[in-house]
Amino acid sequence: MSETMAARASGVRPRRSRRSMARRLLAVYTGVVMVYTLVPIAVMIAFSFNRAPSGRVTMKWLGFTADWYAHAFSNADLTGALMHSLEVAFGAMIISVIVGTPLALALARYRYRAKTVTDVIIFADIAAPAVVVGASLLSFFLTLNLPRGLLTILIAHVAFDIAFVVVVIRARVSGLDRALDRAAADLGATPWVAFWKVTFPLILPGIVGAGLLAFALSIDDLIITSFVAGQTLTFPLWVYGAVKTGIPPQVFVLSTLIFVGGVVLAVVNSVMAHRSPGGT
Amino acid sequence: MATRSGRRLGKRAAPYLLSLPSWVYLAVFFVIPLGSMLTLSLAVGNPLVGYTLTGHVAEFKHAIDLYHTQFLRSFYFGALSTLATLVITYPVAYWIAFYGGKHKATYLFLILLPFFVTFVIRTLAWQFILADQGVVLGHLKDWGLLSQRAYILSTRWAVIGGLVYNSLAYYVLPLYVALEKIDRRVVRAASDLYASPSTTFWRVILPLSAPGIFAGFLLVFVTSVGDFVNAEILGGPGSYMIGNVIQQDFFVNQNYPMAAALSSILMFLLMVAIYLYARAFGTESIQEYAA
Repeated sequence: MSETMAARASGVRPRRSRRSMARRLLAVYTGVVMVYTLVPIAVMIAFSFNRAPSGRVTMKWLGFTADWYAHAFSNADLTGALMHSLEVAFGAMIISVIVGTPLALALARYRYRAKTVTDVIIFADIAAPAVVVGASLLSFFLTLNLPRGLLTILIAHVAFDIAFVVVVIRARVSGLDRALDRAAADLGATPWVAFWKVTFPLILPGIVGAGLLAFALSIDDLIITSFVAGQTLTFPLWVYGAVKTGIPPQVFVLSTLIFVGGVVLAVVNSVMAHRSPGGT
Repeated sequence: MATRSGRRLGKRAAPYLLSLPSWVYLAVFFVIPLGSMLTLSLAVGNPLVGYTLTGHVAEFKHAIDLYHTQFLRSFYFGALSTLATLVITYPVAYWIAFYGGKHKATYLFLILLPFFVTFVIRTLAWQFILADQGVVLGHLKDWGLLSQRAYILSTRWAVIGGLVYNSLAYYVLPLYVALEKIDRRVVRAASDLYASPSTTFWRVILPLSAPGIFAGFLLVFVTSVGDFVNAEILGGPGSYMIGNVIQQDFFVNQNYPMAAALSSILMFLLMVAIYLYARAFGTESIQEYAA
Protein backbone atom coordinates (compact mmCIF):
# COMPACT_ATOMS: atom_id res chain seq x y z
CA MET A 1 0.00 0.00 0.00
CA SER A 2 2.59 2.52 1.06
CA GLU A 3 4.86 1.32 -1.70
CA THR A 4 2.40 2.20 -4.42
CA MET A 5 1.76 5.55 -2.81
CA ALA A 6 5.45 6.29 -2.72
CA ALA A 7 5.78 5.27 -6.34
CA ARG A 8 2.86 7.45 -7.25
CA ALA A 9 4.45 10.37 -5.47
CA SER A 10 7.76 9.85 -7.21
CA GLY A 11 6.29 10.29 -10.69
CA VAL A 12 4.84 8.49 -13.69
CA ARG A 13 6.85 5.30 -13.41
CA PRO A 14 4.15 2.86 -12.29
CA ARG A 15 1.81 4.02 -14.99
CA ARG A 16 4.44 3.52 -17.64
CA SER A 17 5.33 0.06 -16.42
CA ARG A 18 1.66 -0.82 -16.21
CA ARG A 19 1.32 0.33 -19.80
CA SER A 20 4.21 -1.81 -20.97
CA MET A 21 2.68 -4.71 -19.06
CA ALA A 22 -0.56 -4.16 -20.98
CA ARG A 23 1.40 -4.07 -24.21
CA ARG A 24 3.13 -7.31 -23.39
CA LEU A 25 -0.16 -8.95 -22.47
CA LEU A 26 -1.62 -7.79 -25.75
CA ALA A 27 1.33 -9.26 -27.63
CA VAL A 28 0.92 -12.59 -25.83
CA TYR A 29 -2.80 -12.56 -26.55
CA THR A 30 -2.16 -11.91 -30.25
CA GLY A 31 0.24 -14.85 -30.27
CA VAL A 32 -2.40 -17.07 -28.67
CA VAL A 33 -4.98 -16.10 -31.31
CA MET A 34 -2.45 -16.79 -34.06
CA VAL A 35 -1.80 -20.26 -32.64
CA TYR A 36 -5.56 -20.80 -32.43
CA THR A 37 -5.98 -19.94 -36.12
CA LEU A 38 -3.26 -22.43 -36.98
CA VAL A 39 -4.59 -25.37 -34.92
CA PRO A 40 -6.91 -26.79 -37.61
CA ILE A 41 -4.13 -26.48 -40.18
CA ALA A 42 -1.76 -28.41 -37.92
CA VAL A 43 -4.46 -31.07 -37.48
CA MET A 44 -4.94 -31.30 -41.25
CA ILE A 45 -1.20 -31.74 -41.82
CA ALA A 46 -0.88 -34.25 -38.97
CA PHE A 47 -3.76 -36.39 -40.20
CA SER A 48 -2.31 -36.46 -43.72
CA PHE A 49 0.46 -38.57 -42.11
CA ASN A 50 -1.88 -40.81 -40.13
CA ARG A 51 -2.04 -44.52 -40.91
CA ALA A 52 -5.42 -45.43 -42.33
CA PRO A 53 -5.69 -49.17 -43.03
CA SER A 54 -9.33 -48.84 -44.11
CA GLY A 55 -8.55 -46.14 -46.66
CA ARG A 56 -10.52 -43.66 -44.57
CA VAL A 57 -9.06 -41.24 -42.06
CA THR A 58 -9.91 -42.19 -38.49
CA MET A 59 -10.14 -39.68 -35.69
CA LYS A 60 -7.71 -41.79 -33.63
CA TRP A 61 -3.99 -41.51 -34.25
CA LEU A 62 -2.85 -44.88 -35.60
CA GLY A 63 0.81 -44.12 -36.34
CA PHE A 64 2.97 -42.14 -38.71
CA THR A 65 3.17 -42.89 -42.41
CA ALA A 66 4.13 -40.82 -45.45
CA ASP A 67 2.62 -43.42 -47.81
CA TRP A 68 -0.40 -41.30 -48.70
CA TYR A 69 1.86 -38.73 -50.31
CA ALA A 70 2.97 -41.40 -52.80
CA HIS A 71 -0.71 -41.96 -53.61
CA ALA A 72 -1.77 -38.32 -53.52
CA PHE A 73 -3.57 -38.50 -56.86
CA SER A 74 -4.78 -42.09 -56.73
CA ASN A 75 -8.35 -41.17 -55.86
CA ALA A 76 -9.48 -40.39 -59.40
CA ASP A 77 -12.81 -38.79 -58.39
CA LEU A 78 -11.11 -36.45 -55.94
CA THR A 79 -8.39 -35.50 -58.42
CA GLY A 80 -11.09 -34.89 -61.03
CA ALA A 81 -12.96 -32.63 -58.62
CA LEU A 82 -9.76 -30.70 -57.95
CA MET A 83 -9.26 -30.25 -61.70
CA HIS A 84 -12.82 -28.89 -61.98
CA SER A 85 -12.06 -26.41 -59.20
CA LEU A 86 -8.89 -25.23 -60.93
CA GLU A 87 -10.61 -24.91 -64.33
CA VAL A 88 -13.48 -22.90 -62.89
CA ALA A 89 -11.19 -20.70 -60.79
CA PHE A 90 -8.96 -19.86 -63.79
CA GLY A 91 -11.95 -19.20 -66.01
CA ALA A 92 -13.75 -17.08 -63.41
CA MET A 93 -10.57 -15.11 -62.69
CA ILE A 94 -9.99 -14.21 -66.34
CA ILE A 95 -13.62 -13.45 -67.23
CA SER A 96 -14.33 -11.40 -64.10
CA VAL A 97 -11.18 -9.29 -64.63
CA ILE A 98 -12.03 -8.66 -68.30
CA VAL A 99 -15.65 -7.74 -67.52
CA GLY A 100 -14.99 -5.90 -64.26
CA THR A 101 -11.94 -3.74 -65.05
CA PRO A 102 -13.77 -1.35 -67.45
CA LEU A 103 -16.50 -0.77 -64.86
CA ALA A 104 -13.89 -0.06 -62.20
CA LEU A 105 -12.32 2.54 -64.51
CA ALA A 106 -15.69 4.15 -65.22
CA LEU A 107 -16.63 4.33 -61.54
CA ALA A 108 -13.26 5.77 -60.52
CA ARG A 109 -12.93 8.37 -63.28
CA TYR A 110 -16.36 9.53 -64.41
CA ARG A 111 -19.41 11.08 -62.87
CA TYR A 112 -22.41 9.66 -64.64
CA ARG A 113 -26.05 8.99 -64.07
CA ALA A 114 -26.17 5.32 -63.28
CA LYS A 115 -23.28 5.48 -60.84
CA THR A 116 -25.36 5.31 -57.67
CA VAL A 117 -27.41 2.36 -58.90
CA THR A 118 -24.23 0.58 -59.95
CA ASP A 119 -22.71 1.19 -56.52
CA VAL A 120 -25.76 -0.27 -54.84
CA ILE A 121 -25.71 -3.38 -57.05
CA ILE A 122 -21.99 -3.96 -56.52
CA PHE A 123 -22.52 -3.54 -52.80
CA ALA A 124 -25.50 -5.92 -52.84
CA ASP A 125 -23.47 -8.50 -54.76
CA ILE A 126 -20.79 -8.42 -52.05
CA ALA A 127 -23.19 -8.25 -49.11
CA ALA A 128 -25.76 -10.81 -50.33
CA PRO A 129 -25.53 -14.05 -48.36
CA ALA A 130 -24.20 -16.97 -50.37
CA VAL A 131 -27.34 -19.04 -49.77
CA VAL A 132 -29.50 -16.38 -51.40
CA VAL A 133 -27.14 -15.95 -54.37
CA GLY A 134 -27.01 -19.73 -54.83
CA ALA A 135 -30.77 -20.21 -54.43
CA SER A 136 -31.58 -17.38 -56.83
CA LEU A 137 -29.19 -18.66 -59.51
CA LEU A 138 -30.62 -22.16 -59.13
CA SER A 139 -34.16 -20.75 -59.46
CA PHE A 140 -33.02 -18.93 -62.60
CA PHE A 141 -31.42 -22.03 -64.13
CA LEU A 142 -34.47 -24.13 -63.22
CA THR A 143 -36.75 -21.61 -64.87
CA LEU A 144 -34.61 -21.64 -68.01
CA ASN A 145 -34.29 -25.42 -67.86
CA LEU A 146 -30.54 -24.99 -68.16
CA PRO A 147 -28.75 -28.21 -67.13
CA ARG A 148 -26.41 -27.65 -64.18
CA GLY A 149 -22.73 -28.40 -64.59
CA LEU A 150 -19.33 -26.83 -65.08
CA LEU A 151 -20.80 -23.97 -67.15
CA THR A 152 -23.36 -22.95 -64.52
CA ILE A 153 -20.64 -23.11 -61.82
CA LEU A 154 -18.46 -20.81 -63.93
CA ILE A 155 -21.36 -18.39 -64.51
CA ALA A 156 -22.09 -18.25 -60.78
CA HIS A 157 -18.46 -17.72 -59.81
CA VAL A 158 -18.00 -14.86 -62.26
CA ALA A 159 -21.21 -13.29 -60.86
CA PHE A 160 -19.77 -13.02 -57.35
CA ASP A 161 -16.15 -12.40 -58.40
CA ILE A 162 -16.99 -9.31 -60.52
CA ALA A 163 -18.02 -7.19 -57.54
CA PHE A 164 -14.76 -7.85 -55.68
CA VAL A 165 -12.70 -7.24 -58.82
CA VAL A 166 -14.44 -3.90 -59.34
CA VAL A 167 -13.86 -2.77 -55.74
CA VAL A 168 -10.15 -3.72 -55.73
CA ILE A 169 -9.29 -2.18 -59.11
CA ARG A 170 -11.38 0.92 -58.45
CA ALA A 171 -9.38 1.59 -55.28
CA ARG A 172 -6.17 1.34 -57.31
CA VAL A 173 -7.43 3.66 -60.07
CA SER A 174 -8.68 6.23 -57.55
CA GLY A 175 -5.22 6.37 -56.03
CA LEU A 176 -3.62 7.34 -59.35
CA ASP A 177 -2.52 10.84 -60.20
CA ARG A 178 -4.70 12.13 -63.05
CA ALA A 179 -1.91 14.51 -64.03
CA LEU A 180 -0.12 11.55 -65.61
CA ASP A 181 -2.94 11.05 -68.10
CA ARG A 182 -3.13 14.76 -68.82
CA ALA A 183 0.60 14.80 -69.41
CA ALA A 184 0.23 11.96 -71.88
CA ALA A 185 -2.57 13.83 -73.66
CA ASP A 186 -0.50 17.03 -73.73
CA LEU A 187 2.29 15.09 -75.35
CA GLY A 188 -0.09 14.12 -78.12
CA ALA A 189 -1.16 10.64 -77.04
CA THR A 190 -4.66 9.56 -78.03
CA PRO A 191 -6.82 8.34 -75.13
CA TRP A 192 -6.31 4.78 -76.38
CA VAL A 193 -2.51 5.08 -76.40
CA ALA A 194 -2.51 6.97 -73.09
CA PHE A 195 -4.52 4.16 -71.53
CA TRP A 196 -2.24 1.33 -72.66
CA LYS A 197 1.05 3.19 -72.17
CA VAL A 198 0.30 5.07 -68.94
CA THR A 199 -2.82 3.96 -67.07
CA PHE A 200 -2.71 0.24 -67.70
CA PRO A 201 0.85 -0.36 -66.42
CA LEU A 202 0.00 1.65 -63.30
CA ILE A 203 -3.18 -0.29 -62.49
CA LEU A 204 -1.67 -3.66 -63.42
CA PRO A 205 -0.79 -4.51 -59.79
CA GLY A 206 -4.42 -3.84 -58.88
CA ILE A 207 -5.59 -6.08 -61.71
CA VAL A 208 -3.26 -8.88 -60.63
CA GLY A 209 -4.42 -8.53 -57.02
CA ALA A 210 -8.06 -8.54 -58.07
CA GLY A 211 -7.47 -11.60 -60.23
CA LEU A 212 -5.80 -13.49 -57.38
CA LEU A 213 -8.64 -12.57 -55.04
CA ALA A 214 -11.17 -13.79 -57.62
CA PHE A 215 -9.23 -17.04 -58.00
CA ALA A 216 -9.07 -17.57 -54.24
CA LEU A 217 -12.79 -16.80 -53.72
CA SER A 218 -13.72 -19.13 -56.54
CA ILE A 219 -11.60 -22.10 -55.48
CA ASP A 220 -12.81 -21.78 -51.87
CA ASP A 221 -16.51 -21.45 -52.60
CA LEU A 222 -18.78 -24.22 -51.42
CA ILE A 223 -22.17 -22.70 -50.65
CA ILE A 224 -23.01 -21.05 -53.97
CA THR A 225 -21.43 -23.91 -55.92
CA SER A 226 -23.52 -26.47 -54.04
CA PHE A 227 -26.67 -24.94 -55.53
CA VAL A 228 -25.60 -24.71 -59.16
CA ALA A 229 -23.28 -27.71 -59.58
CA GLY A 230 -25.76 -30.46 -60.51
CA GLN A 231 -23.81 -33.71 -60.63
CA THR A 232 -20.47 -31.98 -61.25
CA LEU A 233 -18.24 -31.86 -58.19
CA THR A 234 -15.59 -29.33 -57.27
CA PHE A 235 -12.94 -30.05 -54.63
CA PRO A 236 -14.85 -28.46 -51.71
CA LEU A 237 -18.11 -30.12 -52.81
CA TRP A 238 -16.45 -33.52 -53.03
CA VAL A 239 -15.02 -33.16 -49.53
CA TYR A 240 -18.36 -31.93 -48.19
CA GLY A 241 -20.07 -34.99 -49.66
CA ALA A 242 -17.42 -37.31 -48.20
CA VAL A 243 -17.91 -36.03 -44.63
CA LYS A 244 -20.75 -38.51 -44.13
CA THR A 245 -19.18 -41.50 -45.88
CA GLY A 246 -15.62 -41.09 -44.63
CA ILE A 247 -12.69 -38.95 -45.66
CA PRO A 248 -9.94 -40.61 -47.71
CA PRO A 249 -6.44 -39.49 -46.59
CA GLN A 250 -5.88 -37.93 -50.03
CA VAL A 251 -8.18 -35.07 -48.99
CA PHE A 252 -5.73 -34.01 -46.29
CA VAL A 253 -2.70 -34.79 -48.46
CA LEU A 254 -3.91 -32.66 -51.39
CA SER A 255 -4.99 -29.75 -49.21
CA THR A 256 -1.65 -29.89 -47.37
CA LEU A 257 0.13 -29.72 -50.72
CA ILE A 258 -2.06 -26.80 -51.83
CA PHE A 259 -1.42 -25.05 -48.52
CA VAL A 260 2.35 -25.46 -48.72
CA GLY A 261 2.41 -24.46 -52.39
CA GLY A 262 0.27 -21.39 -51.76
CA VAL A 263 2.34 -20.25 -48.80
CA VAL A 264 5.62 -20.72 -50.68
CA LEU A 265 4.27 -18.73 -53.65
CA ALA A 266 3.03 -15.93 -51.39
CA VAL A 267 6.34 -15.70 -49.52
CA VAL A 268 8.41 -15.73 -52.72
CA ASN A 269 6.11 -13.08 -54.19
CA SER A 270 6.42 -10.75 -51.20
CA VAL A 271 10.20 -11.21 -51.01
CA MET A 272 10.46 -10.31 -54.71
CA ALA A 273 8.16 -7.32 -54.27
CA HIS A 274 10.29 -6.08 -51.37
CA ARG A 275 13.48 -6.39 -53.35
CA SER A 276 12.47 -4.74 -56.61
CA PRO A 277 11.89 -1.13 -55.45
CA GLY A 278 15.31 -0.99 -53.77
CA GLY A 279 16.90 -1.84 -57.09
CA THR A 280 20.11 -3.06 -55.53
CA MET B 1 -16.02 21.40 -85.05
CA ALA B 2 -17.56 18.13 -86.08
CA THR B 3 -14.69 16.12 -84.68
CA ARG B 4 -14.68 18.08 -81.46
CA SER B 5 -18.38 17.51 -80.84
CA GLY B 6 -17.82 13.88 -81.87
CA ARG B 7 -15.09 13.57 -79.30
CA ARG B 8 -17.26 15.20 -76.64
CA LEU B 9 -20.01 12.75 -77.42
CA GLY B 10 -17.49 9.94 -77.16
CA LYS B 11 -16.35 11.27 -73.82
CA ARG B 12 -19.89 11.37 -72.52
CA ALA B 13 -20.62 7.87 -73.78
CA ALA B 14 -17.35 6.46 -72.41
CA PRO B 15 -18.48 5.64 -68.85
CA TYR B 16 -21.61 3.94 -70.16
CA LEU B 17 -19.66 1.88 -72.68
CA LEU B 18 -17.12 0.89 -70.03
CA SER B 19 -19.89 -0.11 -67.64
CA LEU B 20 -21.94 -2.03 -70.16
CA PRO B 21 -20.29 -5.49 -69.92
CA SER B 22 -20.60 -5.60 -66.11
CA TRP B 23 -24.11 -4.18 -66.19
CA VAL B 24 -25.28 -6.85 -68.60
CA TYR B 25 -23.57 -9.62 -66.66
CA LEU B 26 -24.86 -8.52 -63.25
CA ALA B 27 -28.34 -7.87 -64.62
CA VAL B 28 -28.61 -11.32 -66.18
CA PHE B 29 -26.82 -13.37 -63.51
CA PHE B 30 -27.49 -11.45 -60.32
CA VAL B 31 -30.57 -9.21 -60.51
CA ILE B 32 -32.83 -11.30 -62.76
CA PRO B 33 -32.12 -14.51 -60.77
CA LEU B 34 -33.34 -12.73 -57.62
CA GLY B 35 -36.54 -12.10 -59.59
CA SER B 36 -36.80 -15.75 -60.66
CA MET B 37 -36.38 -16.77 -57.04
CA LEU B 38 -39.33 -14.58 -56.06
CA THR B 39 -41.37 -15.90 -58.98
CA LEU B 40 -40.58 -19.49 -58.10
CA SER B 41 -41.65 -18.90 -54.52
CA LEU B 42 -45.05 -17.83 -55.79
CA ALA B 43 -45.47 -20.88 -58.01
CA VAL B 44 -47.18 -24.18 -57.32
CA GLY B 45 -46.05 -27.52 -58.64
CA ASN B 46 -43.26 -30.05 -58.56
CA PRO B 47 -40.35 -31.01 -60.81
CA LEU B 48 -42.39 -33.70 -62.60
CA VAL B 49 -45.46 -31.77 -63.68
CA GLY B 50 -43.79 -28.37 -63.88
CA TYR B 51 -44.78 -25.11 -62.25
CA THR B 52 -47.60 -22.72 -62.66
CA LEU B 53 -47.39 -19.23 -61.34
CA THR B 54 -50.35 -18.69 -59.07
CA GLY B 55 -49.30 -15.53 -57.34
CA HIS B 56 -50.61 -16.78 -54.03
CA VAL B 57 -48.46 -16.02 -51.05
CA ALA B 58 -49.55 -18.98 -48.94
CA GLU B 59 -46.08 -20.46 -49.29
CA PHE B 60 -44.61 -17.57 -47.31
CA LYS B 61 -46.94 -17.99 -44.36
CA HIS B 62 -46.42 -21.73 -44.48
CA ALA B 63 -42.63 -21.21 -44.60
CA ILE B 64 -42.64 -18.98 -41.54
CA ASP B 65 -44.96 -21.30 -39.62
CA LEU B 66 -42.72 -24.28 -40.28
CA TYR B 67 -39.29 -22.79 -39.97
CA HIS B 68 -39.37 -19.71 -37.73
CA THR B 69 -37.20 -21.64 -35.23
CA GLN B 70 -34.42 -21.99 -37.80
CA PHE B 71 -34.75 -18.36 -38.82
CA LEU B 72 -34.45 -17.17 -35.23
CA ARG B 73 -31.59 -19.58 -34.61
CA SER B 74 -29.71 -18.31 -37.69
CA PHE B 75 -29.95 -14.72 -36.55
CA TYR B 76 -29.08 -15.66 -32.98
CA PHE B 77 -26.05 -17.74 -33.99
CA GLY B 78 -25.04 -15.06 -36.48
CA ALA B 79 -25.23 -12.21 -33.98
CA LEU B 80 -23.53 -14.12 -31.19
CA SER B 81 -20.68 -15.44 -33.33
CA THR B 82 -20.10 -12.04 -34.98
CA LEU B 83 -19.94 -10.35 -31.58
CA ALA B 84 -17.52 -13.00 -30.31
CA THR B 85 -15.40 -12.59 -33.43
CA LEU B 86 -15.26 -8.83 -32.90
CA VAL B 87 -14.20 -9.22 -29.26
CA ILE B 88 -11.53 -11.79 -30.17
CA THR B 89 -10.09 -9.97 -33.19
CA TYR B 90 -10.15 -6.33 -32.08
CA PRO B 91 -7.15 -6.60 -29.72
CA VAL B 92 -5.25 -8.54 -32.39
CA ALA B 93 -5.91 -5.91 -35.07
CA TYR B 94 -5.07 -3.20 -32.52
CA TRP B 95 -1.76 -4.77 -31.57
CA ILE B 96 -0.73 -5.33 -35.19
CA ALA B 97 -1.72 -1.80 -36.25
CA PHE B 98 -0.09 0.01 -33.31
CA TYR B 99 2.76 -2.22 -32.21
CA GLY B 100 3.40 -4.40 -35.26
CA GLY B 101 6.40 -2.26 -36.22
CA LYS B 102 8.31 -3.46 -39.24
CA HIS B 103 6.64 -6.87 -39.25
CA LYS B 104 3.00 -5.81 -39.65
CA ALA B 105 2.71 -7.56 -43.01
CA THR B 106 4.13 -10.77 -41.57
CA TYR B 107 1.65 -10.78 -38.66
CA LEU B 108 -1.26 -10.16 -41.01
CA PHE B 109 -0.01 -12.95 -43.23
CA LEU B 110 0.03 -15.31 -40.24
CA ILE B 111 -3.57 -14.40 -39.41
CA LEU B 112 -4.54 -14.98 -43.05
CA LEU B 113 -2.81 -18.36 -43.32
CA PRO B 114 -6.07 -20.33 -42.88
CA PHE B 115 -7.21 -18.88 -46.22
CA PHE B 116 -4.75 -21.23 -47.90
CA VAL B 117 -6.86 -24.15 -46.71
CA THR B 118 -10.32 -24.47 -48.15
CA PHE B 119 -13.26 -23.58 -45.87
CA VAL B 120 -14.71 -27.15 -45.75
CA ILE B 121 -11.42 -28.66 -44.68
CA ARG B 122 -10.87 -26.09 -41.92
CA THR B 123 -14.32 -26.94 -40.61
CA LEU B 124 -13.67 -30.64 -41.02
CA ALA B 125 -10.46 -30.25 -39.00
CA TRP B 126 -12.54 -28.80 -36.16
CA GLN B 127 -14.75 -31.87 -36.34
CA PHE B 128 -11.61 -33.96 -35.80
CA ILE B 129 -10.45 -31.74 -32.94
CA LEU B 130 -13.80 -31.67 -31.14
CA ALA B 131 -14.84 -35.28 -31.81
CA ASP B 132 -16.08 -37.31 -28.81
CA GLN B 133 -12.98 -39.53 -28.93
CA GLY B 134 -10.83 -36.99 -30.80
CA VAL B 135 -7.57 -35.25 -30.02
CA VAL B 136 -8.89 -33.11 -27.15
CA LEU B 137 -11.88 -34.82 -25.58
CA GLY B 138 -10.40 -38.29 -26.06
CA HIS B 139 -7.32 -37.44 -24.00
CA LEU B 140 -9.23 -35.56 -21.33
CA LYS B 141 -11.49 -38.58 -20.96
CA ASP B 142 -8.54 -41.01 -20.83
CA TRP B 143 -7.01 -38.93 -18.05
CA GLY B 144 -10.30 -38.97 -16.19
CA LEU B 145 -10.71 -35.20 -16.34
CA LEU B 146 -13.97 -35.45 -18.23
CA SER B 147 -16.89 -37.80 -17.98
CA GLN B 148 -16.95 -40.43 -20.71
CA ARG B 149 -20.26 -39.08 -21.88
CA ALA B 150 -19.10 -35.50 -22.37
CA TYR B 151 -19.39 -34.11 -25.88
CA ILE B 152 -19.12 -30.84 -27.77
CA LEU B 153 -19.91 -31.84 -31.34
CA SER B 154 -23.51 -31.46 -32.43
CA THR B 155 -24.14 -28.82 -29.79
CA ARG B 156 -24.86 -25.21 -30.66
CA TRP B 157 -21.51 -24.21 -29.14
CA ALA B 158 -19.64 -26.29 -31.69
CA VAL B 159 -21.54 -24.54 -34.49
CA ILE B 160 -20.97 -21.07 -33.04
CA GLY B 161 -17.30 -21.91 -32.45
CA GLY B 162 -16.95 -22.97 -36.08
CA LEU B 163 -18.63 -19.77 -37.28
CA VAL B 164 -16.28 -17.69 -35.12
CA TYR B 165 -13.20 -19.50 -36.36
CA ASN B 166 -14.18 -19.12 -40.00
CA SER B 167 -14.91 -15.39 -39.54
CA LEU B 168 -11.69 -14.38 -37.75
CA ALA B 169 -9.65 -13.39 -40.77
CA TYR B 170 -12.63 -11.60 -42.35
CA TYR B 171 -12.93 -9.37 -39.30
CA VAL B 172 -9.23 -8.75 -38.63
CA LEU B 173 -8.75 -7.13 -42.04
CA PRO B 174 -11.34 -4.30 -41.89
CA LEU B 175 -10.42 -3.63 -38.24
CA TYR B 176 -6.74 -3.45 -39.11
CA VAL B 177 -7.37 -1.11 -42.05
CA ALA B 178 -9.44 1.22 -39.85
CA LEU B 179 -6.93 1.24 -36.97
CA GLU B 180 -3.99 1.68 -39.28
CA LYS B 181 -5.61 4.79 -40.79
CA ILE B 182 -5.87 6.58 -37.44
CA ASP B 183 -3.57 9.57 -37.35
CA ARG B 184 -1.04 8.90 -34.59
CA ARG B 185 -0.82 12.60 -33.84
CA VAL B 186 -4.45 12.54 -32.67
CA VAL B 187 -3.61 9.74 -30.25
CA ARG B 188 -0.56 11.64 -29.00
CA ALA B 189 -2.64 14.81 -28.64
CA ALA B 190 -5.04 12.93 -26.38
CA SER B 191 -2.28 11.86 -24.04
CA ASP B 192 -0.70 15.32 -24.16
CA LEU B 193 -4.04 16.61 -22.90
CA TYR B 194 -3.72 14.23 -19.94
CA ALA B 195 -6.16 11.59 -21.15
CA SER B 196 -5.39 8.29 -19.48
CA PRO B 197 -4.61 5.37 -21.83
CA SER B 198 -8.06 3.93 -21.25
CA THR B 199 -9.77 7.28 -21.90
CA THR B 200 -7.69 7.65 -25.07
CA PHE B 201 -8.84 4.24 -26.17
CA TRP B 202 -12.55 4.62 -25.42
CA ARG B 203 -12.94 8.23 -26.54
CA VAL B 204 -10.47 8.49 -29.43
CA ILE B 205 -9.30 5.19 -30.87
CA LEU B 206 -12.53 3.20 -30.61
CA PRO B 207 -14.74 5.88 -32.25
CA LEU B 208 -12.19 6.39 -35.02
CA SER B 209 -12.11 2.66 -35.77
CA ALA B 210 -15.92 2.49 -35.94
CA PRO B 211 -16.09 2.23 -39.76
CA GLY B 212 -14.01 -0.96 -39.60
CA ILE B 213 -16.13 -2.35 -36.78
CA PHE B 214 -19.35 -1.72 -38.70
CA ALA B 215 -18.12 -2.91 -42.10
CA GLY B 216 -16.69 -6.09 -40.61
CA PHE B 217 -19.79 -6.70 -38.53
CA LEU B 218 -22.03 -6.51 -41.58
CA LEU B 219 -19.91 -8.83 -43.73
CA VAL B 220 -19.30 -11.41 -41.01
CA PHE B 221 -22.90 -11.31 -39.78
CA VAL B 222 -24.40 -11.85 -43.24
CA THR B 223 -21.97 -14.67 -44.02
CA SER B 224 -22.68 -16.39 -40.71
CA VAL B 225 -26.47 -16.07 -40.87
CA GLY B 226 -26.49 -17.66 -44.32
CA ASP B 227 -24.07 -20.46 -43.49
CA PHE B 228 -25.09 -24.12 -43.41
CA VAL B 229 -21.72 -25.86 -43.55
CA ASN B 230 -20.77 -25.37 -39.89
CA ALA B 231 -24.22 -26.51 -38.75
CA GLU B 232 -23.94 -29.59 -40.97
CA ILE B 233 -20.38 -30.64 -40.10
CA LEU B 234 -20.11 -29.51 -36.46
CA GLY B 235 -23.76 -29.51 -35.45
CA GLY B 236 -26.71 -31.67 -36.35
CA PRO B 237 -30.44 -31.47 -37.02
CA GLY B 238 -30.88 -29.90 -33.57
CA SER B 239 -28.71 -26.94 -34.53
CA TYR B 240 -29.71 -26.58 -38.18
CA MET B 241 -29.84 -23.05 -39.50
CA ILE B 242 -32.05 -21.64 -42.23
CA GLY B 243 -29.37 -22.42 -44.85
CA ASN B 244 -29.65 -26.13 -44.04
CA VAL B 245 -33.42 -26.01 -44.52
CA ILE B 246 -33.11 -24.20 -47.86
CA GLN B 247 -30.53 -26.76 -49.03
CA GLN B 248 -32.72 -29.68 -47.98
CA ASP B 249 -35.84 -28.26 -49.56
CA PHE B 250 -34.05 -27.83 -52.86
CA PHE B 251 -32.14 -31.10 -52.99
CA VAL B 252 -33.77 -33.60 -50.63
CA ASN B 253 -37.46 -32.68 -50.66
CA GLN B 254 -37.33 -30.99 -54.08
CA ASN B 255 -39.87 -28.51 -52.78
CA TYR B 256 -38.58 -25.67 -54.91
CA PRO B 257 -41.31 -23.11 -54.14
CA MET B 258 -40.76 -23.59 -50.41
CA ALA B 259 -36.97 -23.29 -50.76
CA ALA B 260 -37.35 -20.19 -52.90
CA ALA B 261 -39.81 -18.69 -50.41
CA LEU B 262 -37.41 -19.30 -47.53
CA SER B 263 -34.48 -17.70 -49.31
CA SER B 264 -36.68 -14.78 -50.37
CA ILE B 265 -37.63 -14.21 -46.74
CA LEU B 266 -33.98 -14.45 -45.71
CA MET B 267 -33.03 -11.99 -48.42
CA PHE B 268 -35.80 -9.62 -47.36
CA LEU B 269 -34.82 -9.71 -43.68
CA LEU B 270 -31.15 -9.14 -44.46
CA MET B 271 -31.96 -6.42 -46.99
CA VAL B 272 -33.87 -4.50 -44.34
CA ALA B 273 -30.95 -4.92 -41.95
CA ILE B 274 -28.38 -3.91 -44.59
CA TYR B 275 -30.48 -0.95 -45.73
CA LEU B 276 -30.65 0.45 -42.21
CA TYR B 277 -26.96 -0.25 -41.84
CA ALA B 278 -25.95 1.40 -45.12
CA ARG B 279 -28.08 4.43 -44.31
CA ALA B 280 -26.33 4.83 -41.00
CA PHE B 281 -22.77 4.25 -42.17
CA GLY B 282 -22.74 4.71 -45.97
CA THR B 283 -22.08 2.02 -48.56
CA GLU B 284 -18.79 3.56 -49.69
CA SER B 285 -17.03 2.89 -46.42
CA ILE B 286 -18.38 -0.64 -46.23
CA GLN B 287 -17.25 -1.37 -49.78
CA GLU B 288 -13.88 0.12 -49.11
CA TYR B 289 -13.35 -2.16 -46.14
CA ALA B 290 -14.83 -5.17 -47.88
CA ALA B 291 -11.81 -5.42 -50.13
